[in-house]
Amino acid sequence: MGAYLIRRLWQMIPTMLGVILLVFLLFSQFGGDPAQVLAGKITDQAQIDNIRKELGVDQPAYVQLWIFVKQVFTFDFGRSWVTKEEVSRIFKEHAGASLTVAVPILVIELLLGLSLALWVAYRRGSLTDRGVMIICIVAMSISFLVYIIAGQYLFGFALGWFPVQGWSDGLWRNLTYFAPLPILLAVMVGLGPTIRLYRSVFLDELGHDYVRTARAKGLSERSVMFKHVLRNALIPVITNVAMALPGLVLGVFLLERFFSIPGLGREVIIAVERSDFPVIKAITVYLAFATMVFNLLADLLYRWADPRVELR
Amino acid sequence: MPAPAPVLDVSPGVWRQAWRRLRRDRLGMAALYVVCFFVLLVVASTLGWVAGDWQRERGVSFANPSFLPNLENREAAQSLQLLGAPAQIDPSVVAAFRAVDPLAPSESQVAQRAQTYATTEPEKSMTLPFGGDKWGRSVLAKMIKGAEVSIAVGLFSALVATFLGTVFGALAGYLGKWVNDFFEWFYNVFTSIPYILLILAIVAVVKANPALQSKGLLTIVLVLGLTGWTGVYRLVRAEYLKHAQREYVRAADAIGASIWRRMFIHILPNISHIILVQLSLLVVGFIKAEVILSFLGFGVPVDMVSWGTMLEEAQNELVIGKWWQLVGAGLLTMAVFVTAFSLFTDALRDALDPKIK
Repeated sequence: MGAYLIRRLWQMIPTMLGVILLVFLLFSQFGGDPAQVLAGKITDQAQIDNIRKELGVDQPAYVQLWIFVKQVFTFDFGRSWVTKEEVSRIFKEHAGASLTVAVPILVIELLLGLSLALWVAYRRGSLTDRGVMIICIVAMSISFLVYIIAGQYLFGFALGWFPVQGWSDGLWRNLTYFAPLPILLAVMVGLGPTIRLYRSVFLDELGHDYVRTARAKGLSERSVMFKHVLRNALIPVITNVAMALPGLVLGVFLLERFFSIPGLGREVIIAVERSDFPVIKAITVYLAFATMVFNLLADLLYRWADPRVELR
Repeated sequence: MPAPAPVLDVSPGVWRQAWRRLRRDRLGMAALYVVCFFVLLVVASTLGWVAGDWQRERGVSFANPSFLPNLENREAAQSLQLLGAPAQIDPSVVAAFRAVDPLAPSESQVAQRAQTYATTEPEKSMTLPFGGDKWGRSVLAKMIKGAEVSIAVGLFSALVATFLGTVFGALAGYLGKWVNDFFEWFYNVFTSIPYILLILAIVAVVKANPALQSKGLLTIVLVLGLTGWTGVYRLVRAEYLKHAQREYVRAADAIGASIWRRMFIHILPNISHIILVQLSLLVVGFIKAEVILSFLGFGVPVDMVSWGTMLEEAQNELVIGKWWQLVGAGLLTMAVFVTAFSLFTDALRDALDPKIK
């Protein structure tokens, strides 16, 4: 176990360096002259030179790369180009709002998706199964934007069941008053693909011999589905959830934009609109690192879910 | 006289068999017809046969749809007032302005000159086939033109992504060794960044670089295509690993086929059905991505119309009761096309791979 962990962490290093290199190349080689971006309409050459010096872009590329690597490992990306706020503070202030919306979405979607998928997989080939699958495909084909625009209008404006938009400082008030409508819309959109994915996983498991054995020895359908099939289908579920976890910090940026939720996703969109490179660079690098760590965690969880898995 | 040799049926090829299976799938065939209809529409619109004048302001602002001519419509009525008789202004106000206007003495001259030019008031219709947008452009024409742009972006970026994924996967899977290590590293780097963030980061870079802008649709096609190859790569690499050991490949090697010939003439046709399904899946994904990016203003250029830009306009129209742009772009065209294409993809996969049920 220990040796496995050390090996996996060791293997992460080239990927991490690759991410740093990719982000660095993207922004420094293709991003245009940052001084021009920053200076905007300033045409004074002396001022532009000053900005270039401050950012270090007058240095040769390898020095800039070194500066970037140092920034990554000291968690100090300096300040936003636009608001002059420290990048780390932007993270701290906005991650909470994103998580408030994104965590309930993940939990509800997982529970609803798993139970509905188990149900249609159990009745595979029936009219229910075909009907649910076609509804899923149609629901998946409608753009998320249409759900949000129509949902916000219908439930927020016309019927008045939920606030149209807004956010407060209290977690409980946010969760019970402002977040339900965004959560509802996201679950409606996410359910289609989730059901389709887990249904195919369950169908795969239902074809195995152990299911026939379990039925042959007289177990109830309930115990076959929940104890045997569900347990064996856990590995793809873990993979799916682990892949989704790092993205939770970003929240669902479209929802944050429509419902004025001060989350990180909205900050990223604003940063892209204003060419605020430090914010985008920082979030890209750290989310990539987080993804790698969660992948490792998923691999460790496989062992817990299925003792036959050997960690090599 | 010897008996004539028995005539053997020529066994149908893989593609013909797949086509036969597809023909039997009624839902899949219905989806195929819908997709074909949209493809014809896109071709006609590209050639300028339909919706070529989508930018012409043919109706009043927010004109009613033809099938609902009597719908109460304050915006349309207001814009008609602006077009109609000039408002009455108090003559004393006019006189006060005249007194300080340095051009007042030459006013009669200006009026005389103006009369020599023929002016025509454009005919603005009160209704349009599927309503009008804020500028009085026909929503129906925009739906068709938007379909052209969105489907073209989806298709071409899927082609770019599939091409990259196939070439990378073939190289990594068949050549192995350091080539494989390199592409595996590259793949890990790309997939460790959450997909949406990768796209947004590249969009930010493109936006800030004047040299990369104003390339029209090429920008968004490349942004989507260059980031979307990872799924295809994964599958194609696995297939090449499997096929490299097959006997037909070793036989090709024995008769002296070069390594490139083995890779792309011998193996590639044998896995092309897998690539085709992936391509089809990517088209749907990229259309959805294009719509969201265009909505955010990071997608197609402002002088073009796509389903995404239409939804961007539609977001504020619902509150004033103008639902036709949202329904037209979001449901009648995009949702119908994407549903049909997804169902067709499912049918295609079933037809090409009869083992999977």
